[in-house]
Amino acid sequence: MTGAAGYGEGDPSLDQKMLPPRKSRTRRRRRLVAFAFLIPALVINLLVIGGPGIGSFYYAFTNWNGFTTPKFTGLDNFFTLLGDQDFWNAIAHNFIYMAIFLTVPLFMGLVGAFMLSRIRRGASLFRVLFFIPYLIASVVNAQIWKNLLDPTGGLAAQLDKIGIHWLDNIFFFGDSHLALYSVAFVDNWHFWGFLVILFMAAMQGVDASRFEAARIDGANAWQEFWHIALPGIRPTLMFALMIISLWSLLAFDYAYVLTGGGPAGSSDLVSLLVNRTAFGSLEAGYAAFMALALSLLGGIFLVIFAIIRRNEDETN
Amino acid sequence: MTTLTHTKRQRQTRKKLDERPGGIGHTPFSYFWLIILALFAGLPIFVLLFNSVKSGLELGLNPLGFPKVLDWSNYVTAWNQGNLGQGLLNSLILVTGTIIGVWICAGMAAYTIARLDLPFKRGFSNYFFIVISLPVQLFLVPLFFLWTKVGLVDTLPGLMIIYIAVNTPFATLLLRTFLVGIPRELDEAARIDGASEWQTATQVILPLATPGFLTVGLIVGLSAYNELFFAVIFISSPSKLPIATAFLSFSQGFTQQYGLVNAAGVIMIIPVVVLFLLMQRRFISGLATGGLKG
Repeated sequence: MTGAAGYGEGDPSLDQKMLPPRKSRTRRRRRLVAFAFLIPALVINLLVIGGPGIGSFYYAFTNWNGFTTPKFTGLDNFFTLLGDQDFWNAIAHNFIYMAIFLTVPLFMGLVGAFMLSRIRRGASLFRVLFFIPYLIASVVNAQIWKNLLDPTGGLAAQLDKIGIHWLDNIFFFGDSHLALYSVAFVDNWHFWGFLVILFMAAMQGVDASRFEAARIDGANAWQEFWHIALPGIRPTLMFALMIISLWSLLAFDYAYVLTGGGPAGSSDLVSLLVNRTAFGSLEAGYAAFMALALSLLGGIFLVIFAIIRRNEDETN
Repeated sequence: MTTLTHTKRQRQTRKKLDERPGGIGHTPFSYFWLIILALFAGLPIFVLLFNSVKSGLELGLNPLGFPKVLDWSNYVTAWNQGNLGQGLLNSLILVTGTIIGVWICAGMAAYTIARLDLPFKRGFSNYFFIVISLPVQLFLVPLFFLWTKVGLVDTLPGLMIIYIAVNTPFATLLLRTFLVGIPRELDEAARIDGASEWQTATQVILPLATPGFLTVGLIVGLSAYNELFFAVIFISSPSKLPIATAFLSFSQGFTQQYGLVNAAGVIMIIPVVVLFLLMQRRFISGLATGGLKG
């Protein structure tokens, strides 16, 4: 693949040798054609992402309501944000979300992938089962767990039948102490199977002779996992950490469907808050600033991961 | 002494190698945990299926178990009252349009990045990499009011254009890896035979890159079908709701009527699950390598 890639890059010196007299004109024409092929992607990208993305940097510093002409207000939005309880409440929840997602699904994904790599029979069946929740729409997954965790139906009612009343008055999505964790739980139920697939693909890429060598040296399963599998998938692991961190900042679906951020903001996330601020109370300028702050935070994560990666490349 | 330990070691090794990758009897520990995880993933889905064919009465008596009587009336009611037919039709339009749009935009972009003499090739490639990692929040607010201004809010084409735009960058990079694998002699030969760039692309390279396009189509189609964030924000008329938001508003109208709402949920997931079971290998490899967004 890499060899073909190198060849596919198009060697200009070769073309020059082949076509000496009309070199520059042909070349220019070919470049124009090449650029023309890029136009649809570029136009739609600039229309939806590039243009509005740049627009954000301007609107973030205005009192825009979305319809009238925005008025530049300097750092007003910044100071509003500093004192905005709702924002700090929401972003704290995003960080809790991130802490949960950097541990629980990661652990489940690693365990699942490693166990799958050790068995021969039934691996593809397990793989399909683990993966199905990831394919199902968030709205339906949310419905499944609303049913299961309903205090009068679902698990609680089933346990009542056999005389266990532990879950009777637990409102997983209605109790402000539980709502955020319940939402994260459902989101995780949907997500961890994806990590299994991701890690399993990476583990298959690890040199089999290293596992064999470890086995010859008498390594047990745990040692094989810790000393061979885990270091072998290190780049994928770092990548997973990075996308989980970024996604945790942007999480929207499950909180929106299951609790709407409630009760009393106890499961609010920044994406929901931006949505309400921009399209509910029509403070588009301020919402743009909030979104910009969130994006900058994501950018900082990306830079941190890029630095870690660079350092690793240098040490290796 | 050394030979003795050596042979002993060898015997141990052989034993270990024999017992490792085997049937259930050889790796009970792995199977135990895999079964636990599989139950965790699978049981809730079975509850969704079971409860979708239970009457309200049976739900009360039998909240989670296998249904005693199969009552299909939930499906009829959900279909008639949930606007699901319209939702599925809208989603079909969205998914088809998005896939075709992404194929055109990303296919052409990937082709030029992989095989043509494009100036600033690295720059464009990097641009797509950066765009993939941009959070949607960065452009959401101005985009919404831009769409309001040009009349694309609350229209299916408006939502479609957004889906095409957010899926094109990663699809471009995925297709690029497929395209660079096709031998370059092929398009050289086509050019010598007098084919134009467009003919070379569509008649020589495109058929060879079909698996790549199929994978991209599946991933993009799935994400458009399940998408919630943009659908919630950009579509409000009941007649234009895609299936995800149609289902959501139905479930909000019939809270706690689990039989009914679960039936609607089953209707929504059937196309995806069937397609997945038919093409799981392509789905899984595609999502593991390229579906690294949302």
